[in-house]
Order: sequence, then C-alpha cells, then structure tokens
Amino acid sequence: MWRFFHQMGSPRYFYHLAGRLVPWLGVACLVFLLYGLYDGLVLAPTDYQQGDSYRIMFIHVPAAWMSLFIYMVMAGAGAIGLIWHMKLAEIIAVSCAPIGASFTFLALVTGSIWGKPMWGTWWVWDARLTSELILLFLYLGVMALHNAVEDKRTAARATSILAIVGVVNIPIIHYSVEWWNTLHQGPTVTKFDAPSIDIDMLIPLLVMAVAFKLFFVMVLLMRARCEVLQRERNTQWVRELVEAS
Amino acid sequence: MSTAPLSHAYLILFKRDLLLAFRKRAEIINPLLFFVLVTALFPLGIGADPALLRAVGPGIIWVAALLAALLSLETIFRSDFEDGSLEQLLLSPHPLSVLMLAKVSAHWVITGLPLLLVAPLLGLLLDLGADANATLLLTLALGTPVLSLIGTIGVALTVGLRRGGMILSLLVLPLYVPVLIFASSAVSTAGAGLSISAHLSLLIALLALALSLSPAATAAALRISLS
Repeated sequence: MWRFFHQMGSPRYFYHLAGRLVPWLGVACLVFLLYGLYDGLVLAPTDYQQGDSYRIMFIHVPAAWMSLFIYMVMAGAGAIGLIWHMKLAEIIAVSCAPIGASFTFLALVTGSIWGKPMWGTWWVWDARLTSELILLFLYLGVMALHNAVEDKRTAARATSILAIVGVVNIPIIHYSVEWWNTLHQGPTVTKFDAPSIDIDMLIPLLVMAVAFKLFFVMVLLMRARCEVLQRERNTQWVRELVEAS
Repeated sequence: MSTAPLSHAYLILFKRDLLLAFRKRAEIINPLLFFVLVTALFPLGIGADPALLRAVGPGIIWVAALLAALLSLETIFRSDFEDGSLEQLLLSPHPLSVLMLAKVSAHWVITGLPLLLVAPLLGLLLDLGADANATLLLTLALGTPVLSLIGTIGVALTVGLRRGGMILSLLVLPLYVPVLIFASSAVSTAGAGLSISAHLSLLIALLALALSLSPAATAAALRISLS
C-alpha cells in the first residue's frame, strides 16, 4: 500500500504506468460509449411527452454530472497537493481544468439544443443553466490563473487554492441561483426510492455516464503525462526517453 | 524575542492602512466617482421612465457597487507589494490570517464604507422608495464586506502578476453572484413592501462564512504568490 503511494510520487513511474493504462481505458471507453449510444439512440423507448428529442439527454446529463464531478476531483487533488506537497496531485489538479471546462461547455450546448424544442428558446435564465454557466466561468478563471503564472509549481498551487475556494462556493452559488429562478425539470435519477425515469432509459444513461468517466480518466492521464514531461524536461530520464524515440 | 499581543498587532496594521489611505485621498474618491458614474449611465442607456428605473434600480446600484468594489480591490496589496512590506508581514510572528483580516477591514473602511454614504443619493436618482433605500443601505453594509473578503483572496493570488487586473475580475466575479442575488432581491422585495428577513439572514450567513474562512485562504494564497 505505502509502496504504491511512494511510487506514485515518482513522476517517472507515473509516466510509464499512465502510458500503459491509456490504451486499455480507451478501449473500455469505446465499448461503453458505443453500447450506450446504441441503447440510448435506438433501443430506448420514445418519451410520451418529449418524443425523440429527449435522446440528447444521454449526452447532456452525463456531461452535466461530469462538470461537477471534475471540479470536485480538481479541488480534492489540489487539497492533497497543498497539504502533502505531492507533485503528482498538483499535476492532476491542473490537468483537470480544461477537461472540466469542455464538459461544462458540452452540457450547456446540448442543454441549449434540447431547450429549443422543449421550452421554445435557446436560453432561459433558469437556475441550473445559470449555475452551470457560472461553473464554466469558474473553470475559465482557474485556467486563466494557471496560464498567467510563469512558474509551473506556483501556478499549480495557486490554482489549487482557487479550486478549493470555488468548491466552498459552488453549493452557495447553486442554492442562491436556485432560489432566484427555476424552470428546469427536477432531478429524475437521484430520487433513490423510486426513480421517475424508465429503467430502459436509465440503463443507457448510466452506461453513458460510465463511458464519460472512463473518457475523463483517459484524457486526464494523457494530459498529466504531457505535464510531467514538461516539468521534468531537465531530468535524465526524460532526456533518455527523447533520445530513444 | 518578545512580541506584541495579537490584538495590538491587528490595531497597528489597521491604523497604518487607514493613515496611508488618508494621505492619498484620491484613492478613496475614485471608486466613489466610478460608482456614481456607472449608475448614472444606466438611465441614459435604458431611458428615464420612472417605473422602469424603479424596477431595475436595485440591480443597477448593486452591480455598480460590485464593480466599484472590484476596481478598488487591486490597491489593497499593491503598494505593500512594491515596497516589500508585504514580505515583512509574511515574516511576522503573528498569524498571517489575522493580519490579513486587519488589512481587509481597513480596506473596507476606505473603499466600502463611502459607498454606503452615496448609495441613498443614487437610490433617490433611480426613484427607489424610502423602504427600498433603507434596505439598500442595510444590504450594502452587510454585502460589501463580503465582497472585500472574497476579493482579497483573488488579489492575493494575482498580486505578483503583470496582467493581474483582468484575471482578477475573472476569478472574483463568479464568486460574487450569491451576494448580488440576495442583496438586490432584498432591495426589490423591500420596494414591494414585503418582509426581507430571509434575505438579510442569508446575507449575514454569507458574511459570517466569509469572515471566518477567507482570511485563512488569503493567507495561504499570499504565501504561495510570494514564495
């Protein structure tokens, strides 16, 4: 157990481990993605109210879940990096931000496309849309701060602080906006006693959620590998790696 | 080495910042002028219909106050950063978070409190009623310290950067959303003659949370930026 943590502290070990994991994650992600898309777009029953246009849900909802999940990962990794001075956690925190911003953007765009036939408008100042938009701004702030600071280590630590401050604020922002205005449909999956979603729609949704998670881990590892190479570019093992290729 | 008690250190820093500000009065006046000017631009842009102004007035005044607070934020550490006294503060034996609280409270007295003095005037310009105007004062008194406290975290993160100002607004403005929502809706609600105790409780809760957490975050951010 401790040996694992110790090894993960070594950027070189992480680089090679992540390199071996990425193809497997890619294959698994592809399998889940194809099955989820086929199940969601072809097999799942048509909604009695929303017709076929609800099927964008299979992209929209997992993307919205990921947008929050990635922020939590980013803040968690940032906290670990700040407390235990783990270089790898800093790298993970920094690599999370652009992926999270992309998922947030995807959730906003698909939501807007879904909103057009359902609500008759591309955009409404509804609570969830607004808090998702603010989440996107939080991500962009993290990225801007990271780009602005020259020194990589300082940049990672500064963005970690910002991510933690953001995590404290996300629930406050969410509930304040919720109070302010609500039009979005209520959650239909997290009511554990009796989900108000049909089981034939729930399964592809969950499969897609797993596919998105796998995709996130894969891209995260790829970005983290790049970041490791950049940070360690003056070390012996990176030089050997470059000369060998 | 004997050190002064903590409350003494707090007071010394607080008084020093006030004294520095009163020696450069323009820094107190400029955000105020900005606040008045931005608010005065809105009737010119959207028309002078009193009913319309009454409806959007609370939001306009609060957005203007928010921007004025944002613009004045940068001055909180700048001169200290340039002459090196910020590094001396970091080396002090006292907890940095308490010293940060002293700086923020002094900064609020310099930049936040004057907003309270002109806000009723702007309320009159935008035709807010007496109730709404009183609530505006109350929400500004509760809300602007939160803006200063949260904003200082952003300033601490960007203090060494050359293009800090633009990034600061990107970092800080999303975090200002709850204050803006509760404060401006409290003013609108008061204008409609309804009870605002829920809004005020939430604003007080935000203030308590910001007061207890943000100095620590500011101190941590400052140590990173100056490392």
